[in-house]
Amino acid sequence: MSTDSTTKRLLDLNLTRNLLISLAVLVAGMLLLESTDRYTNTQLSSLTYYAIAAIGLTALTGLNGQISLGHGALMAVGAYTTALMLDTETPLPFPVVALVAVVVTSVVGFVVGIGAARLHGPYLAGATLALAVALPSVALYFKGTFNGEVGLTVASPRPPEWFVSFIDAVSGEFATSSKYVAYLGLMCLVVALFFALNLRRSKIGRHWRAVRDQEVAAEIAGINLGRTRVQAFVISAAYAGLAGAVMAIVVRLAAPSAFTIVLSLSVLTAAVIGGLGSITGAFIGAAVLVFLPPWVTSLSTGSGLSDTQAAQMSPLIYGIVLILVMLLAPGGVMGTLSTAWRRARLRRPNPATPTQKG
Amino acid sequence: MAHQPTSARRSRRLVLGAALAASALVVAACGGGGDGGDSNDPGLTEDSIKIGGHFPLTGVAAPGYSEIPLGHKAYYDFVNANGGVSGRDIEFIAKDDGYNPAKTSEVVNELVLKDEVFAIVAGLGTPTHQAVTNFLNAEGVPDLTVSSGSLLWDDPKEKPMTFGWQPDYESEGKVIGQYIAENLPDAKVGVFGQDDELGEDGTRGLEQYIADQIVSKVTYVPGNTDVGPQIAELQKSGADVVVGFNVPSYTALSQLVSMKLNYKPTWFYTNVGSDSGLVGSLLEEFSKGAIKGSSPLAGVYTTTYMPQASEPDNEWTKLWQKVWDEYGDGSPLTNYKVYGMSQAFTLVDALNRAGDDLSRESIVETFEQDGSKLSGPNYVPFRYSEDRHAGIGGLKLVQIQADGTTADKTPVLQTDVGDAEIEEFTGDVGTPPESGIPGS
Repeated sequence: MSTDSTTKRLLDLNLTRNLLISLAVLVAGMLLLESTDRYTNTQLSSLTYYAIAAIGLTALTGLNGQISLGHGALMAVGAYTTALMLDTETPLPFPVVALVAVVVTSVVGFVVGIGAARLHGPYLAGATLALAVALPSVALYFKGTFNGEVGLTVASPRPPEWFVSFIDAVSGEFATSSKYVAYLGLMCLVVALFFALNLRRSKIGRHWRAVRDQEVAAEIAGINLGRTRVQAFVISAAYAGLAGAVMAIVVRLAAPSAFTIVLSLSVLTAAVIGGLGSITGAFIGAAVLVFLPPWVTSLSTGSGLSDTQAAQMSPLIYGIVLILVMLLAPGGVMGTLSTAWRRARLRRPNPATPTQKG
Repeated sequence: MAHQPTSARRSRRLVLGAALAASALVVAACGGGGDGGDSNDPGLTEDSIKIGGHFPLTGVAAPGYSEIPLGHKAYYDFVNANGGVSGRDIEFIAKDDGYNPAKTSEVVNELVLKDEVFAIVAGLGTPTHQAVTNFLNAEGVPDLTVSSGSLLWDDPKEKPMTFGWQPDYESEGKVIGQYIAENLPDAKVGVFGQDDELGEDGTRGLEQYIADQIVSKVTYVPGNTDVGPQIAELQKSGADVVVGFNVPSYTALSQLVSMKLNYKPTWFYTNVGSDSGLVGSLLEEFSKGAIKGSSPLAGVYTTTYMPQASEPDNEWTKLWQKVWDEYGDGSPLTNYKVYGMSQAFTLVDALNRAGDDLSRESIVETFEQDGSKLSGPNYVPFRYSEDRHAGIGGLKLVQIQADGTTADKTPVLQTDVGDAEIEEFTGDVGTPPESGIPGS
């Protein structure tokens, strides 16, 4: 059957497959948003920006082997750009604003990346850590523009007519501004996911991995190490910028205290818990960040602890989870799952056949 | 597209997708809905009122501030044990935001959309609370007695649901400025300010009276614990009076650095930064035990706008002590717990006044109509009205004594932002009702 084989060939193309996966995530996300209450909607909005940032970081660390403790600061660049651009009488549509945020953050990422490309391991961690600590202070020194410690209030984008009627048709509900923000977050996430999926399988992705695994071999193969590293950092920064843009409209504020080192570490934690280099892992890690703390808090309050004790439980459990993951499953959730899956496949009957990897 | 997936990877992805869709449907079946459809506002039932607030219960801002919700809770427990408000028990939820605006937005979403509180009360911090005021006003959730002296909460047009509580930093700066102008006219004044609303509003108030006396202004950025250069600059400028618009940890740091530099000006700190108990323990911690004693802040000037924990003979403090002894956790009474209980007292008064037809609308109306009549331990009444959502309208200047108590340096003064005059408040300061519960 000729049509059948065409379909098959199309499906084998990375582009088609990635498009289908992205669409599936979009549909699943819409189903989730329409089937859950408003509070869960806001949690899902938070999940989108954590996931976008974690995808960017997991690509940088997992595929290219560079570490960054400064992604929180890069998110601040995206968030402040968004806040400034939305603060006008007739703001541009959010996609345009988000795009500008991505570009501005990429430029910052480029500058940092040039420095980062020369550094390794703990030195790179140290340099990006300095970025995370220093960049939010810029907002304090240029107070006229960034409004210092209080920060910039972000006007939530208003849902346009077509969106209101779309939501009304889908679920019969009235589309609030927070619903619209959740959908914008989802759209950004899907776009980010689509690019990440393609990137991984592309020439660029292979170059990144080559540089990560064996510098000398990569260089002999004609890969420019420095350029590849800078490229990885810029793309990762672009993700952080997009995450920052979404964060600005979800949180409705861009203030220095929201972009402390804690944010950078949270994003790194998400990538590590999920499994470095895994996009699915980035989703899982982001979900842990968003859903674990309130869950622990309400569980602790339910079991009779005071509000303060319950609040202290959440970082405790979070820390324990992180330590356990590092000790028992250093590959993160996805790393462990794929190892287990590979082992299970090896244990299948038919031991005579030699495995591919050996 | 009824193709048969061939590779294992593809089938795995499909399974994942199917699982996601399935779980979405399950959630759809179980969750959703929740709209009662009756006319009652969220958080209200026949026999309960649910309210909540956001506070730094963990992290750098937690010492001191995390005790405010304890005060609230103790006072509501006391009210509930005595019949509640019009037969309704008050349920109070404190959520931790770690003084991070992004977290504040998350926990306030949780309070409003999941816990469905009737109102947000005593939300703490300027940048943190700023992150949620638009949301609360858009949702029509009363946002009462914000725990911050910023002027941002006094904006009835844009933020009709939001009400401040403590005196604003500008009024405080004015009172300090006038005192220095009258009593220390030859002093050279230095300003040590936090680089935000606290420092800016305060300095603006101060400059109305002693702009010509100020010889040096330095600021610090919260989070940077090295204030050596700033204090050295003040010392170099020859300032013999320093006014600090800062938070408690920076009171401790500035004292510590001044001791090291052997710099001994007369210090003024605003109410926010002058809690002797907290500053004392911070000083002990920062100096690794080298500085001890009941009051390292002896001789320092500050302001108060209501009775403090260090005034055990005051009728209000007696009430707080009684409530705390019965419903607290056994720890000593502090100014932060007093702060929380004082807010709670005023809120209970407003809830009582709104009475049986309590609703989100009626509580806001109560604040606007009865604003200046709302009772509480504050020396000067609230400035609430239809045009103003500012809190307590005055304070007095005091000096901290060696035993941790305070001595009055001015009578109770009433003032406001801008060029409003500072006048002596001649009204009745008031004592708590016999029962300890307003309106009963």
